[in-house]
Amino acid sequence: MNVRLYVWQRATAALMAPLVLVHIAVILYATRAGLSAADILSRTHNSIAWATFYGIFVAAASIHASIGVRNILVEWSPFSERGAGRFAAVLGIALALLGFHAVFALVVA
Amino acid sequence: MSSAAPAQLSVSLWRGSDDGCYETYSVPRRASQTVLDVVTYVQRHIDATLSYRFACRVGMCGSCAMTVNGRPRWTCRTHVAKVAANGRLKIGPLENLPRIKDLATDMQPFFEKWRQAEGVFAPSLTRAEPMARIKPDSRARMAADAAIECINCGVCYAACDTVRWNANYLGPAALNRAWTLVNDERDAGNAARLTAVAASGGCHSCHSHQSCQEHCPLALNPTESIAGLKRRTVAAYLNGELKA
Repeated sequence: MNVRLYVWQRATAALMAPLVLVHIAVILYATRAGLSAADILSRTHNSIAWATFYGIFVAAASIHASIGVRNILVEWSPFSERGAGRFAAVLGIALALLGFHAVFALVVA
Repeated sequence: MSSAAPAQLSVSLWRGSDDGCYETYSVPRRASQTVLDVVTYVQRHIDATLSYRFACRVGMCGSCAMTVNGRPRWTCRTHVAKVAANGRLKIGPLENLPRIKDLATDMQPFFEKWRQAEGVFAPSLTRAEPMARIKPDSRARMAADAAIECINCGVCYAACDTVRWNANYLGPAALNRAWTLVNDERDAGNAARLTAVAASGGCHSCHSHQSCQEHCPLALNPTESIAGLKRRTVAAYLNGELKA
């Protein structure tokens, strides 16, 4: 890992720390309050706040996870650094697409 | 030597190169016996073809490091009584380095990484100029002094998990050396040095497992030096002084 990847991974980790806490709190609230899927969608639909919250979460998680996976591949697999970088880039894009699709479904669709 | 200690040690030594194996020898147990004494006994009395490396025998040169019962150690400063309570010793070459023969490893990759980390002093003054005045209690000098006593034995390099997993990783000794120079006010090579240690395989590859600190015979803390390099390089990168 070089300094650029290191900074991105640490920065996204710092960004996600409070987001994870809020996310877990939301899960606990939704399950304990017995909210149905329709109840949840009614709260998130057209909500700029939830779109922003989970949009940032998805972007940070995609960057953070792909850098981490790249590092694991470099150390524990036969991948070269370039090969691991390419695989991680594809993984990061896939995670971002899946995540933004979910956010879109939650807020817009 | 306690009265309960066996009269003979059962000593397994690595013989050959990568395709070698451990062979077992019986060595007389003696008082105040070091692991280097044991290896030397085998070479002088049992098998003269045994290859190993040593020089000073007093913990100053750093050339006799081997893997003793699973841990990298200076053999000259390791008493048998400390590591072979059951009378058994298993001695191999250092890990993470190419094996030449028996207990001797090729240290070239280790020193090559020193060079890659810009571990060479780059003078900022000439002989004609007055000697630099360095305050011993300055923060930079104290940081350099804390890491300066490394004698390049390779124990930390052999103990490092990240070196084992990533052949490009510079390793704790080279990065520790770079940290001493980063804090040397007389040195003029920090631009190239920070670029070198911030690149792929540099200080940011360290997982802070602290095996280097755990195993260093001089009780140095390369993990702390590497953490210092991480802070310094991140600051330089964010200030636009480094390109990665």
